[in-house]
Amino acid sequence: MKAKHQRLVLVVLALVALIGAALLAIYALRNQASYFYLPEQMAENPPEVGQAVRLGGMVAPGSLETQADGITVTFTVTGREQSAVPVRYAGILPDLFVEGSGVVAEGRLAADGTFVADNLLAKHDENYVPRELEGMSEHQAAEMAEETTVGLE
Amino acid sequence: MHGFANPKRFLALASWLTPLLLASGLVLTAAALFWGFSQVPPDRLMGETVRILFIHVPTAWLGMGGWTAIAVSSLVFLVWRHPLAAIAARGAAVPGLVFTLICLATGSIWGRPTWGTWWVWDGRLTSMLVLAFLYVAYIALAQSAEREGVSARIPAIFGLLGAVNIPIINRSVVWWNSLHQPPSITMGKSSIDGEFLAPLMVAVIGFSLIFGGVVLARMRALLADIQAEARLRRRAMEAD
Repeated sequence: MKAKHQRLVLVVLALVALIGAALLAIYALRNQASYFYLPEQMAENPPEVGQAVRLGGMVAPGSLETQADGITVTFTVTGREQSAVPVRYAGILPDLFVEGSGVVAEGRLAADGTFVADNLLAKHDENYVPRELEGMSEHQAAEMAEETTVGLE
Repeated sequence: MHGFANPKRFLALASWLTPLLLASGLVLTAAALFWGFSQVPPDRLMGETVRILFIHVPTAWLGMGGWTAIAVSSLVFLVWRHPLAAIAARGAAVPGLVFTLICLATGSIWGRPTWGTWWVWDGRLTSMLVLAFLYVAYIALAQSAEREGVSARIPAIFGLLGAVNIPIINRSVVWWNSLHQPPSITMGKSSIDGEFLAPLMVAVIGFSLIFGGVVLARMRALLADIQAEARLRRRAMEAD
């Protein structure tokens, strides 16, 4: 075996060992490294009452209500499954906070099962769509584009 | 492949390729940013702030691409002992760091209006910050290895070790719940509308050409340094 090949085998073996170690570490971290609980994770494995945690999910459409004091809002956060967690928050809402969109709430679980948030972060999805094309099917959008460019060529 | 490892042939190639890459990169980037900043409509939710996409995404890719280049060059250097591979790895470090820092800064500015925060310690943001620190450590290590006359193999090994972070950055939004959204562009699929995607792709090509030009310029400067030092040493020997 030539020295060059020996080095190649050595480097490849070291890399395989390194990647194996990294994968093990990531596997061990898979829950701790998450930034927030999904509602179903919170239902399955609830944090202690009063412990500071984050809850993330979607603001259920139709659930957002402003309370009588004008500052406190309540809404329900849903996850990928059926479970939902009611949330109460008093403060300024981020610009992108709307029903049907993602949210991360920082706060704690109260004894009655409500999540009391100190801070809300808006989480947006991976879709980037121009304003005027929103809600249209691709076919409709293509039609509109055609109509608006008539006579330009 | 072996032909380009010859420094003389590399310098002859790089002397005209460097200005070509830099000039074409600057033209394409300027065109893409003009297109993205003033011609594209605002996003349905984010409004005008979506335009930062055209800087944030190319710099993020090149920040990760820079370390990938360091890792591949380090592997070539460790196995085949091509001295030019070590130079290439060092050449990619500084532009890689700069693009990573631009990515972190633009991401922070973007996070404030969209998420409501400048910074969070979620998987994506943290692993990207780790990448910036890895670059700083690599640059310091490579520089001190050269000054102290230590083997260039040590920074090369560090370059390979640090590559573990690259798939972690890439997968962080899939493995862990994170505030950063999941990838928009995956194998042959994009959830970015065509109107945003076209200028984004031009920006990615433009930024990449600039990156390539800067790497070549850095490599030429490093080679010139080595030559100058060798000449000084030879003169000192003659004087003795």
